[in-house]
Amino acid sequence: MSSLGTSAPTRMTGIGRVLVVVYAIMALAATGRSAVQILEDWQNAPLAYALSAAAAVVYILATVALVKSDASGWYTIAWIAISFELVGVIVVGTLSLTHPDLFSHDATVWSGYGYGYFWVPLVLPFVGMWWLVTHRHGAPVYEPLAAADEGSSW
Amino acid sequence: MIGWFTIVQVVVATVVGLTAVIAGLAGRRPGDVTVGGMALILVLLIVQVVIAIVAPLAGNPPAGSLIEFWAYLIGALLIPPFAVFWALVERSRWSTVIMGVAALSVAIMVWRMNVIWTTPAL
Repeated sequence: MSSLGTSAPTRMTGIGRVLVVVYAIMALAATGRSAVQILEDWQNAPLAYALSAAAAVVYILATVALVKSDASGWYTIAWIAISFELVGVIVVGTLSLTHPDLFSHDATVWSGYGYGYFWVPLVLPFVGMWWLVTHRHGAPVYEPLAAADEGSSW
Repeated sequence: MIGWFTIVQVVVATVVGLTAVIAGLAGRRPGDVTVGGMALILVLLIVQVVIAIVAPLAGNPPAGSLIEFWAYLIGALLIPPFAVFWALVERSRWSTVIMGVAALSVAIMVWRMNVIWTTPAL
């Protein structure tokens, strides 16, 4: 228990690193998808594809902001980016069900609340917000080390 | 793409992914099995790059969008090295989980690549 009070050099430890990886993969998926849509098919659905590109940029921003969330400026940016994602997935997800003609041409990462991505886009903002709340600037960070059961590697 | 090779890739990535996620949640740090599994996934992806270049020349062109196919392939190639690097900077049980999530993502992307290759675009 002696390790409880020690301050880590970076906040992004433990399960937070898993969160960053999932954000990074979503950023990659959204960026790839919107790049292909814009390159191949821009004239057919500029609104939906611009939205795809915006989603991609925000995922990249959220990934970077989470990594750097130790600094209070980046912490605020992380909140803004993750809130934008939550609003985006709810609004676009709802619109894609109520007004399917808007997105009939091609789906975005947020269509159907992100069903094409196993609903990761819907769950991720909540996990991100949980992380930010429990790791806000100056808050004591409790990271169970679980050193005892990490003795072996595989 | 080559059908059986695609299946090998998806199976390997899924098995490595599930193994690493379970091992990580069970408290295991990264070791030979999980890091070696990630290396195997990367080698298979590099072979897939060669297949994707050669197959169209050998009379096996993609039915769908070649740009979208390559977007997925390049994305999938980036994931294992970055995931292993990010995981091993801090070696803990979560490093193993990270590699598992990365491997499962590659499995999904390879499957999606197969759909693009075999299904005509709308």
